Amino acid sequence: MIDLSTFNIVSAREGLKSGKFSSHDLTQACLNVIKEKNEELNAFLEVFEDALIQADEADKKISEGIDLPLLGIPVALKDNMLVTGQRVTAGSKILEGFIAPTDCTAVKKLREAGAVIVGRTNMDEFAMGASTESSAFGPTKNPVDLTRVPGGSSGGSAAALASGMILAAYGSDTGGSVRQPAAFCGVVGFKPTYGRVSRSGLIAMASSLDQISPFAKTVTDAEILYKAVSGSDPMDSTTISDETYPKNKEFNKTIGVPRAFFEGEGVSEVVKKNLEESIEKFKSLGYKVMDISLPNIAYSLATYYILMPAEVSSNLARFDGVKYGLHVDGKDGVDDYFKTRAVGFGREVRRRIILGTYVLSSGYYDAYYGSAIKAKQIITDELRRAFKDVDLILTPTAPTPAFKFGEKSTPLDMYLADIFTVPANISGCPAISIPFGEENGLPLGVELMADLGREDNIFRASKEFLGE
Amino acid sequence: MNAEEVLKLAKLARIEVSAEEAESLSHEFEAILGYVGQVKGITNEELRITNEHPLRNVMREDTNPHESGKFSEAVLKNAPDREENYIKVKKIL
Repeated sequence: MIDLSTFNIVSAREGLKSGKFSSHDLTQACLNVIKEKNEELNAFLEVFEDALIQADEADKKISEGIDLPLLGIPVALKDNMLVTGQRVTAGSKILEGFIAPTDCTAVKKLREAGAVIVGRTNMDEFAMGASTESSAFGPTKNPVDLTRVPGGSSGGSAAALASGMILAAYGSDTGGSVRQPAAFCGVVGFKPTYGRVSRSGLIAMASSLDQISPFAKTVTDAEILYKAVSGSDPMDSTTISDETYPKNKEFNKTIGVPRAFFEGEGVSEVVKKNLEESIEKFKSLGYKVMDISLPNIAYSLATYYILMPAEVSSNLARFDGVKYGLHVDGKDGVDDYFKTRAVGFGREVRRRIILGTYVLSSGYYDAYYGSAIKAKQIITDELRRAFKDVDLILTPTAPTPAFKFGEKSTPLDMYLADIFTVPANISGCPAISIPFGEENGLPLGVELMADLGREDNIFRASKEFLGE
Repeated sequence: MNAEEVLKLAKLARIEVSAEEAESLSHEFEAILGYVGQVKGITNEELRITNEHPLRNVMREDTNPHESGKFSEAVLKNAPDREENYIKVKKIL
């Protein structure tokens, strides 16, 4: 019996290559842990029936001497990534009965890399939330403390990895939906530059911000997972190539800290102290850490909560009870839409669609959406100017550790959980949350952000920081 | 924002919303709009927009289609109601 908690992708690949165990054994070990723990945690919504068949196919390839980056490695997917012939719900009732007709590009690439796709994990409905509480299939629990949320929206993937159900998992990060749950569950979460990973076949929330992103136990594993799914794709015209953002600056081991950004209210004292300790650690590793001023970065969250609902209201218009998913009968064709969308969408989704409709409506468009588009450009420019002087920007990942179920009593309270993670989505910059420190036994994370296209700087500094 | 305005927006968004929900949404929207309204301030400041990486359209040739009918059955199977190879809806007029 394999003890999954002792393995990461790198060590599991060594075990597979040397024949110490098979992918079948490894996948079975995952299935056993899922069986043991999932009833309590609700991290997986479904385990795919063909998981062991995929593992056997991987074992055959290994026996033929084939070497692929993820060959035989069991991975989990957030339930908004399409897998041919499998159900996919985006955590919503409105996709009831929907079977994916095709693989998303990331899944195609995972198959090419040899991964065993074990199942789909729980999430906030349509990725709207920071706690996984808005899933139509019940909340996921944090494996570190069952009375607390795992973060969100990709809380199922984070909890699955942190509880040892799986060796690697993917989520999607629109405003922090991978980095924040990574911090809450004590694992690594990495959001690449916008456009690095194709969104084709990812159920859209806000298309200008969404990015498929990995969870991993180590930074080295996160890099492997990122490389496996990244690359330009003719099916997603927003994907970028290596030439899009030329690397014209050497890595100088310099980190900027926008202190004013997290000195305000609502940030736990332990989180602030923990950040100071991370600064000391970077200094001891030979990094130059300097205070920087980013006066407009604090507008990121307000910008986000205009752009995102605007895109949500447009993207979710496709769920109409006609083409696929749930259909609730009304008195005529138009009433079918009203009934289907009232029953199929949960409260947070309805809230964001209506809010998005408002900020795009004539008379308010310029004041809200128009201003937010300008703000996005200003914030991006401000960050890019800062990256002329520093390689990385360091902040906490979240203002507090994992909070209790029901603790965020108003929507705005919940939205503020994203405050440190949204700047990377607004600007498109890559960012990572690495586990560091704790508050009363609950894991904390620190976040490093780099200039567009500079994932290399993030991996380098994070590996040094964690001693990899 | 009042409940009446919420109901009007919900109608535009094709979502049935009860009067009670519209009432509570209107209070939530007040708080959210109060917060996000701060972006109106940012753009009044004198800020340089460098536009180093202006957005551009990315097009591809409309060629090499997949084999006709390859996904039709899988797509149609997902429709709540169908007649042969058509998705069936209620009469519109």
